[in-house]
Amino acid sequence: MRRLTPYLLALPGWMWLAIFLVVPLAAMASVSLQTGNVIDGFVMTFSVSNYGDAIGGYSTQLVRSLVYGACATVAMLVIGYPVAYWIAFKGGSRKSVYLFLLLLPFFVSFVLRTISWGFLLADDGVLLGTLKSWGLLPAGFHVLATAFAVVAGLTYNWLPFMILPIYVALERVDPRVVEAAQDLYATRGAAFRKVVLPLSLPGVFAGVLMTFVPATADPVNAQVLGGTGNTMIGNIIQTEYLVNNDYPTASALSFTLMAVLLVGIFAYARVLGTENVLEAAAR
Amino acid sequence: MAEQGLIERSAIELEGVVKEYLSHGEVVQAVKGVTLDIAEGEFFSLLGPSGCGKTTTMRMIAGFEEPSKGVVRLHGQDVTNVPPNRRDVNMVFQSYALFPHMSVWDNVAFGLKQKKTPQEEIRRRVGEMLEIVDLGGREKRRPRELSGGQQQRVALARALVNRPRALLLDEPLGALDLKLRQAMQLELKRIQREVGITFVYVTHDQSEALTMSDRIAVMNDGLVEQLAGPREIYERPASTFVAGFIGTSNLLSGTAAGGVLETGGGRVLVPGHDGEVSVTIRPEKIRISADKPDGELSALPGTVAEVVYLGTYTSYAVTLADGAEITVFQQNAQDATTTAERGDSVWLSWQARHSYVMESR
Ligand SMILES: Nc1ncnc2c1ncn2[C@@H]1O[C@H](COP(=O)(O)OP(=O)(O)O)[C@@H](O)[C@H]1O
Ligand SMILES: [Mg+2]
Repeated sequence: MRRLTPYLLALPGWMWLAIFLVVPLAAMASVSLQTGNVIDGFVMTFSVSNYGDAIGGYSTQLVRSLVYGACATVAMLVIGYPVAYWIAFKGGSRKSVYLFLLLLPFFVSFVLRTISWGFLLADDGVLLGTLKSWGLLPAGFHVLATAFAVVAGLTYNWLPFMILPIYVALERVDPRVVEAAQDLYATRGAAFRKVVLPLSLPGVFAGVLMTFVPATADPVNAQVLGGTGNTMIGNIIQTEYLVNNDYPTASALSFTLMAVLLVGIFAYARVLGTENVLEAAAR
Repeated sequence: MAEQGLIERSAIELEGVVKEYLSHGEVVQAVKGVTLDIAEGEFFSLLGPSGCGKTTTMRMIAGFEEPSKGVVRLHGQDVTNVPPNRRDVNMVFQSYALFPHMSVWDNVAFGLKQKKTPQEEIRRRVGEMLEIVDLGGREKRRPRELSGGQQQRVALARALVNRPRALLLDEPLGALDLKLRQAMQLELKRIQREVGITFVYVTHDQSEALTMSDRIAVMNDGLVEQLAGPREIYERPASTFVAGFIGTSNLLSGTAAGGVLETGGGRVLVPGHDGEVSVTIRPEKIRISADKPDGELSALPGTVAEVVYLGTYTSYAVTLADGAEITVFQQNAQDATTTAERGDSVWLSWQARHSYVMESR
């Protein structure tokens, strides 16, 4: 009995996983191998060809999603790291205020926020309209319905999820350790490269995971900001499910996306695993 | 060798150094004007209670803080505005501040790598240093895999391997238990003699400062109260603060006339002093006897209130006629004859030179 106790205590956790992860996944896996239509119903035919058809038909959008997701993640990292650094080391007693400001936009619905970005970036909107009226931009210049708008929207929407884990990691860096590096003849730059950066890498690692996955799978930004030429895989899945009611194709695409992301994450963890990174930085 | 020791060159000079912080819109003076001249090769301690400005003083020597006023000189050179990475001193931090993501070896090699020392020399010097601090064979460990004492020695090695001209140690033994601390005190002293560099040692532990230092600056509230050798600090405290802070001490006060202070039914010799005085006497300088002693001695009658046997010595608390309490330490030598019991009437006596007299201002 004693030896079973830990497992029994973990039971609610296992049940949670089973109900909310394993069961839906299994259902989706099963659907992805069926054939049929909404009216006549779907039957299991183990048609693995669903996958081949889905990937073949939408490889452009799949690749585009990965590229946009990656671009947005890089942009978030470039913008987010300095912000996190600044809050952690220069925020002083106002740190929590800055963090609150960072999260403030999240009190507004995700879709609404993206639509307001649409207004902001509209051809004659506040930003472009003003710049055009000042003659700083040509009249035909537009941002909406470009890849740039989609990536910018993705970047904006997930930026806090990049900043927060990096902030947490930087916040835990003991300023004395940075001083110790300077005491041992390191310049400010060297102290950052040899001490602060390596110690913040676990945060960077978490931030990239927390942003790359949802940004790649997101349908909203491409739909609102991207026009017709920038459809991402999330849009396709949504359309197949809700418009075409082609559940097997939608499921197969979802699984394919999940597999690609998982493989990517494992490769990333392998190459950039925390321990490896730290070892490398200590050289 | 002996002649070299005579040439007292300054390693570290502080001149009228003040450090002010802005704290909640108010100016706080952490250091209120400190002037020190630390000689090369000296074991120098900054001693004082928590919050008296020891760390701040040391951080100005290391270069982490710029003085609000005053000058810092290292080996004769004004370094007041020189950043820490270009000062030839190294610091052992209060909490060690080891690089958590680096092995012991990489921690110790850090300074040499930054100075672009040739690979071969780094390997040799780091190896030697790890032997000196007895960490050979633990090169690959991470700091968190080491005990407190081992981490302490890594911190020491990381600083010493650079052969700085002065080593700054901020309460380096504060986190260790008593036994380890005493062992490390001896160890530090040995290393200092071996490498022969200036040590500036910050501590709030008076016995640590007294046993290790060549000279001690006793600090209180941002100022140096006394700067002297351990013996003088112990026996001739320059202020009641120092007397109270340095170990157990007895304090008597009153009005002296003709070099004698009449108090508590007896007399205390204070040659050359008149008027309001306070006198400190170390507990181990006082003798206990059943009869009134003869000769030119300070002598006070009292009643034994408490006897505590403490191994090598016995501590007596003796109450004087006026209610003042005096602590006396008596060595438990084999031929010790005096064995006063609780409630005994006794005489306390000591020689005039063991009274340390301060005239009240
Ligand atoms: N960065 C700072 N900002 C405001 N006050 C400080 C700062 N550093 C130290 N102090 C104050 O200065 C005084 C001396 O501190 P410190 O030098 O650390 O003392 P010690 O090392 O002797 O314990 C303390 O009262 C402390 O609160
Ligand atoms: Mg301190």
